[in-house]
Amino acid sequence: MNFRTFAAFVGPSVFMMLLFIAFPLVSVFKQSFYVTQPIYETVEKETCTPGFLTQTCVTEQVSQPMLDDHGEIITQTQYVGLQSYRNVLEPERAWRAISDGSWHVLSTINFWKALRFTLTFTLITLPLVVGCGLGIAILINNAAKTIRGPVIFVSLLPFIITPVIGVLSINWLFRGDGILTAMMEWWLNRDIALFAQAWTIELLMMLYRVWHVAPFAAIIFYAGLQTVNQDSLESAVIDGATRWQRLKYIVIPHLMPLIIFVAMIHLMDSYRVFEEIVGFSSQGYVISLQWLTFDYLTPDQAGNRSISRASANSMLTMIGVVILLILPLRRTWRDHKGGH
Amino acid sequence: MSSRALRQPFSLRLTSNIFLALWCLIAAFPIFWIVVMSFKSPVDAFDSNALNVIFGPATLGGGKGLSLLDIVLGIAVIWATIVVATKTLPSMVKSYSGPGQEWFVWVIGALVVLVGFLLAFFVILPAILNVLNPWFGPLGRDVLGLTTEHYKTVWIDRGFSNNFKNSLIVTTGVVTVSLTVGTLAGYGLARSGSTLAFWILIVALVFRALPHSVLVAGYLPVFVNSAEWLAPILGENAPTLYGKPFAVIAVLVAINQPFTIWMLRSFFQNIPAELDEAARVDGCSHFQAFRRVIMPVMWPGVITTGLFSFLLAYNDFLVTALLLDAQNQTMVPAIVGMFNRETTTTDQVVAVAAAVSITAPLIFLVLIFQRQIVSGLTAGAVKG
Repeated sequence: MNFRTFAAFVGPSVFMMLLFIAFPLVSVFKQSFYVTQPIYETVEKETCTPGFLTQTCVTEQVSQPMLDDHGEIITQTQYVGLQSYRNVLEPERAWRAISDGSWHVLSTINFWKALRFTLTFTLITLPLVVGCGLGIAILINNAAKTIRGPVIFVSLLPFIITPVIGVLSINWLFRGDGILTAMMEWWLNRDIALFAQAWTIELLMMLYRVWHVAPFAAIIFYAGLQTVNQDSLESAVIDGATRWQRLKYIVIPHLMPLIIFVAMIHLMDSYRVFEEIVGFSSQGYVISLQWLTFDYLTPDQAGNRSISRASANSMLTMIGVVILLILPLRRTWRDHKGGH
Repeated sequence: MSSRALRQPFSLRLTSNIFLALWCLIAAFPIFWIVVMSFKSPVDAFDSNALNVIFGPATLGGGKGLSLLDIVLGIAVIWATIVVATKTLPSMVKSYSGPGQEWFVWVIGALVVLVGFLLAFFVILPAILNVLNPWFGPLGRDVLGLTTEHYKTVWIDRGFSNNFKNSLIVTTGVVTVSLTVGTLAGYGLARSGSTLAFWILIVALVFRALPHSVLVAGYLPVFVNSAEWLAPILGENAPTLYGKPFAVIAVLVAINQPFTIWMLRSFFQNIPAELDEAARVDGCSHFQAFRRVIMPVMWPGVITTGLFSFLLAYNDFLVTALLLDAQNQTMVPAIVGMFNRETTTTDQVVAVAAAVSITAPLIFLVLIFQRQIVSGLTAGAVKG
């Protein structure tokens, strides 16, 4: 295929990716150094209240946004350097908190709080997802052929459901005296409020995420299990290997590429954790990096969006993505080199 | 497991099946439960006793319920529909359709079955049961509390149908555009072994990992002010892109593009290159080869990728919540709005009913396209 045909085939897709992914990235990078604000002017205002004999008048200095001819607020954009990053990171306070060893103070700064949760969430759910996925795949593989279809159907449900709705459905089971909370209260014989402290909410979020992603892992591992070499399994039995040894020395090495694939996808996706925060409406206790950007982008009561801060926060989030991708990209690069 | 050496002892098989049943229970329970909740009066739906939620005494007390007769006949109608849809419909379609127009007959057949079911279930059945119930004494008395009023509230009073329409516009747009653009690119990437193709794929992989909020942070200021900077090109009536469904379609297509081209590329790689080489030898250009030789055999891959594009657009919350205004809101942000805004339990149940309404199409989707979804998941993994 010559270059021109190739360009004609790939062109539209590349153009869209450039326009809607690459260009916004550049503009976010630029925005993070600028702040757009209304211009304020200070005016003297005299307010008078009616009184007996004479009016009582008070003159005060009021600062108000300047309006243009159409009555719209004039804004100006100015270069502020790293100020937005400083606003997000609050380095002095964070540094003081770290040197004091006071975790509590550090977690009052949104960014560090979000970073802490995002990382814990990602790292704790990763082994759970791989483990549960592998377990379910083996269970499905053990089951009779006739029931595999229906079982896969049921297993796909948590994966296919709209994430926010999935979170809400878990939420409704536990919120207040939801039936599962009631069941736990009855079992432990004590009062339980799952939404009153951060760690229980985090636990529920991880529970949801494992429920949501494990089927995906399971389907992929199940497909991998179909191609395990039956001969080597049989010879292992003849050599006296136990089930556990067969799993450990034959099946898992065979599935290793798939396990790495699932782990990569899961790392990328759970680093973007967001829907959990919305569905559990946990912003008072737990927030994540992507939610923080979302929050900066949502208009506040005055209708202003803190675009600059959102951009700074986005760029900081990106650092994590880059770190996450270095390893697999190096591997792909080496494979590509080796392939030639 | 044909070999005798690998046969498992009974106890192990039993344990394995018990755990499998447990997993199925865990997987289906939350979804099953919101379906049950959505049909109950608020008192029942949020009752802490599970049995009260299922049988709904308060709903029953309100005079809304089903008798045993209702339940039996209802299940019979559903069963008959399933039989018609899985047995009669395919054979009818086969006998009536000529070559090449099968899908058209399928669409018509499916529509007929759907309309027939809705008529039988919601119009004919209630009318018959109204007459029959008093005759059957204890069998005709209500035993299970059930009400559909929350669905009425959601779809009619709250204007959820409007959100549904918006979701429909956005998803249709995203699936069509993303498949058109993605199929071409996927084919090009699969057939070219050049370094440039490799780099495009790598960059796409990086783009796939980006948090979507990062991208939206880039669009928002541009979209909000678009009337200003589009004015020199489009003149006076330059649109404000913010709040427009077509702008969101473009954004979602782009966000989806990395995934789409990776997936389609792996499908195209499974189509032997000899096929288009043969067409080229016969004098076709690349585009002709693509159109005449590849297009007829690429549909399984395209349908699978289309499913995943559909899921992305249908399930999206972040992009639609930030880029669409209240009039053009899609379903997911609307439900979140209901859930966060409302405080009374009645409103909560209404939100539950909305959540079930949005989940039902997805369940049908899995039911129909299970094999395609599984093949799509594994195609990405085995190749990538």
